[in-house]
Amino acid sequence: MTQLALVIDLNVCVGCSACVTSCKAWNTSGAAGPLADLNPYAAKPSGTFFNRVQTFEIGAYPATETVHFPKSCMHCEDPPCVPVCPTGASYKRQEDGIVLVDYDKCIGCKYCSWACPYGAREFDELGKVMKKCTLCVDRIYDKSLPENERKPSCVRACPTGARLFGDIHDPNSPVAQAIREQGGYALLPEWGAHPANHYLPRRKTAMHIHEDELERADNPLLIDSELPSPSLSEPSFDDVASW
Amino acid sequence: MRPAFSVILLTTLIGAGQGLFLALFTVESYATFKLLPASDSAFLAGGSLLALALLIAGLIASFFHLGQPRRAWRAASQWRTSWLSREVIVLPAFCAIVAIYGLIHYSGVNPLLATLPSGAALSLSFVFGSLGTLLAFTLFVCTAMIYACLRFLPEWHTPLTVFNYILLGGASGFTLAAALAAALLPERVGFFVGWAVLITLVGLISRLASLRRNARLKPRSTLQTALGIKHPRIVQKAQGAMGGSFNTREFRHGQTAFFLRNIKWIAIVGAFVLPCLLLAASGPESAAALATLAFFIQYLGLLAERWLFFAQANHPQNLYYPCIP
Repeated sequence: MTQLALVIDLNVCVGCSACVTSCKAWNTSGAAGPLADLNPYAAKPSGTFFNRVQTFEIGAYPATETVHFPKSCMHCEDPPCVPVCPTGASYKRQEDGIVLVDYDKCIGCKYCSWACPYGAREFDELGKVMKKCTLCVDRIYDKSLPENERKPSCVRACPTGARLFGDIHDPNSPVAQAIREQGGYALLPEWGAHPANHYLPRRKTAMHIHEDELERADNPLLIDSELPSPSLSEPSFDDVASW
Repeated sequence: MRPAFSVILLTTLIGAGQGLFLALFTVESYATFKLLPASDSAFLAGGSLLALALLIAGLIASFFHLGQPRRAWRAASQWRTSWLSREVIVLPAFCAIVAIYGLIHYSGVNPLLATLPSGAALSLSFVFGSLGTLLAFTLFVCTAMIYACLRFLPEWHTPLTVFNYILLGGASGFTLAAALAAALLPERVGFFVGWAVLITLVGLISRLASLRRNARLKPRSTLQTALGIKHPRIVQKAQGAMGGSFNTREFRHGQTAFFLRNIKWIAIVGAFVLPCLLLAASGPESAAALATLAFFIQYLGLLAERWLFFAQANHPQNLYYPCIP
């Protein structure tokens, strides 16, 4: 069984929001109609986005660290939003595990947004239906695009490569390997929704230098220490005299 | 959660309608089993009409909650998994049964279908009344389970939610029945007042139990589990939206703790204490005025109670917006 998902590397994300704007640009321009964008240039802009980047400060100054945190639909393996939908507009595709909303069936009751612990769904004030990340389902299977472009818009836009896309059920896929080898984790695991999207944690690359590396303990002849300086009249040899 | 007024109206109006129907059928069952003299069918017909009006008013209110009300018919399709879908099916079915029940009593076409060995005569209206009772309780369960089935909203995810919907709907329905009986069937006022006070008091116990439970709940999720970052001090610097978003609006009630405390007392006094006192104080002459007043005060109290019910649910997605109070 295929389960497409995003793996987001928090160690690499710089919080530039390129994924946010490219997602909005792609998904507001497709066959599904525009995404709401209310007061875009006024004091209180508000619109529908499938993906948002939040920023958190971890710790207290001076020991702080900034984490940029992109979040979109988790495409849960056991999505709590799907069974509650009264119309069947919300569904999970068997073939690739993408959770989708049929905008023509949605009645806009917002019940699915109550049933999503991640707040991944946003009600569209323009279309009056619930919308959410589609993993760019209208892109990733588009045969008219070159093969390397058949990826979600956000993945292609990320300048640092913080967003990986693939089948997490295929153990050899880069996403499954990243989750396995780099400590990939799921958000809010306590609710048992088994989100397909994973996050890779911040990693520190620290160099540890021990005392014996500065001063060689295994050098009884003190080869590294200052060599004797014979007088200029005496013969000198390499590695024996200091000149 | 942000309480939607359309949903508050829907749940309180249909609750009163279901309760009123249950009250009507209670008095008819008592008569069937010869515990009370037979009731005036004008009262049962008028009561059914009032119950139907409340149910339809609730149904209309629910449409204002929908973004695409013209597609509402689709909501009947997922009854296998969705309690909301089940409610959408059961509500019109219950309306139809209440209408038939009222018509039977209005027209007087109420043939005797069977006689039990005990001598109880089962008429057509008794069959439809039993069916209506079954649907009324099913509807209570469906409405309550819409909220009680959401496992990560612990304030709702409890059997108390179901008990509260049944008891509070029943209480307002029986109070309304007492007010109606004061106008149409004065000899049954005492019967309904007794039931209304009893159900209101049991409802008070059940609702206080759920308030106490909510006050003691420990959140299972934290900002740390939401982000997967183990650090006691995490401060949000950007929430991903400049002017707010659906996520910052839909999941908060936006009122102060002071307002929440006040609305709690308004709900307790308005929905339970005052109606009980008014009903208990009603005598043969004052019953019409006091029972009617009790119903309206209880209904307003239940509006506050339902607002509190929605406002108290704390959605885990709010963890991603810790800056918003």
